Amino acid sequence: MILRRELADELIAHANDDLPNECCGMVAGKNGSATRVLRATNSEGSPFMYVMDPQEQLRMMDDIDDAGEDLLAVYHSHTRSVAYPSRTDVELAFFPKTLYLIVSLADRDAPDIRAFRIDRTADPDEAIDEEPVEITT
Amino acid sequence: MSTVKIPPVLRDAVGGRRELEVEGATVSEVLERLYADHPGVREQLMTPEGELHRFVNVYVNDEDVRLGEWLDTPLSDHDTVMILPAMAGGAR
Repeated sequence: MILRRELADELIAHANDDLPNECCGMVAGKNGSATRVLRATNSEGSPFMYVMDPQEQLRMMDDIDDAGEDLLAVYHSHTRSVAYPSRTDVELAFFPKTLYLIVSLADRDAPDIRAFRIDRTADPDEAIDEEPVEITT
Repeated sequence: MSTVKIPPVLRDAVGGRRELEVEGATVSEVLERLYADHPGVREQLMTPEGELHRFVNVYVNDEDVRLGEWLDTPLSDHDTVMILPAMAGGAR
């Protein structure tokens, strides 16, 4: 996926703003290119878990649909671990065609953003498929 | 018949439909009918143990059935059932 630098910075800013907890939200896009970042509330309020507020989730999905955009990615942060899907991330990945974007703040000075397609119904060896994130200026 | 609203993520499994009219006296019966007609939906929403995943939210007329009678919630004609898988995960 293609992510403009300012949108990448917005994802990192959200991850930092919600510390010590994980943040979450959606990335809208068109033709594989991100158009905007929509911040959501992590209703778990936890450093180890995110559950997007369902009412916000519904409103934001409708908003993206109404704007003629695609739900390009669901994002969340890992505050202390690498930007790779955890077992929980796979178990709860109900959106196999949507990218799961993970912002890692494990190295506070060098945040990392990676994207994956996750299929929770696939064999464990084949459940995670990384997709490159191209950050453009 | 209840109207079941199908979120985009499940539409491929129901032939692209946004809404379906489904027979059933309870949420459980409507889901079973939906699974029987569209097996792909079952695969996306169930646990390997065959239960509705606890991170799948179900609303009847915008009320979260988990706060009420859950799958036993009775349905009548013109009720609207919405299925919304959670966006959730975690670092562990």
